[in-house]
Amino acid sequence: MSTSADPRREGEIADHAAELPDRPEGPIAAAVLAGGIGCFVLGLLTTLAAANASINDWLNWNDDVGPLSGKTGLTVIVWLIVWAILHAIYRGRRFETRRALVIALILIALGVLGTFPTFFQAFTSE
Amino acid sequence: MDFTDREWWTVIHGMGLGAVFLLAFAGGLAEFYGLRSAWETRAGIAARMLRLRIGVTAMAVAAWGTVITGTWIVYPWYRDPAADSPRSTLLADEATKDWHEFGMEWKEHVAWLSPILATVVAFIVIYYGVNLIRHERVRRTAMILFVLAFLFAAVAGAFGAFITKVAPVA
Repeated sequence: MSTSADPRREGEIADHAAELPDRPEGPIAAAVLAGGIGCFVLGLLTTLAAANASINDWLNWNDDVGPLSGKTGLTVIVWLIVWAILHAIYRGRRFETRRALVIALILIALGVLGTFPTFFQAFTSE
Repeated sequence: MDFTDREWWTVIHGMGLGAVFLLAFAGGLAEFYGLRSAWETRAGIAARMLRLRIGVTAMAVAAWGTVITGTWIVYPWYRDPAADSPRSTLLADEATKDWHEFGMEWKEHVAWLSPILATVVAFIVIYYGVNLIRHERVRRTAMILFVLAFLFAAVAGAFGAFITKVAPVA
């Protein structure tokens, strides 16, 4: 099912691997993409909370923890929902892990940027 | 020689779970790397996969434990509005306010990327199992995410250690 096998290694491990069922990469790609989206959502929420006082207040799910409670809580909820949806879509499909990784790395980089204080504080509304 | 309850929680958050995280990362990375030649014996493959599963799962659990205790138990004490809270102490002095405005602000957010990525890696290892041996691309994908999960936790951990030195939760 998968397209990423190395022919040389395939031969080297043939004795053992021949007995093992190969599994589709679709669920792996779904998990990787969902992880990237989760990271991106945290960066987006962090920047939006800095830019908009109403959003910041809405994310204040818990007074002791402050807006961090909503940012992280919503991030985890969105991440898990997206993962479940992508898993259902890609469960039996071929989907190159490398392509999913590239997309996820871009999303992760954007997520890190969104959580970087120098960046999100530039949007802070006084 | 006594710790207060708050100090115990900072120890659990930073040193207890942090140590498990570090050990799991070191072990997991070694197993990932060694998986390239694990085809040599069937017994070797089984043992290595078991250690890898334990390592990545332990790292994900430790990462979740660290961010949950940090955000929901230690952080409220840090950001307490009282004048002697760590946040207030740092912001009261021009020489230390960057520890909060940059260090803590980045730490409290970027730390949460780590458990998400560590969970993705744990899923890949558990779902794909020994197929990781023959599909180099998937193994490398898992390793990259594994290292990123560690790096984000390392940033958060380093700032946590420095901030604790300047203004401890007590």
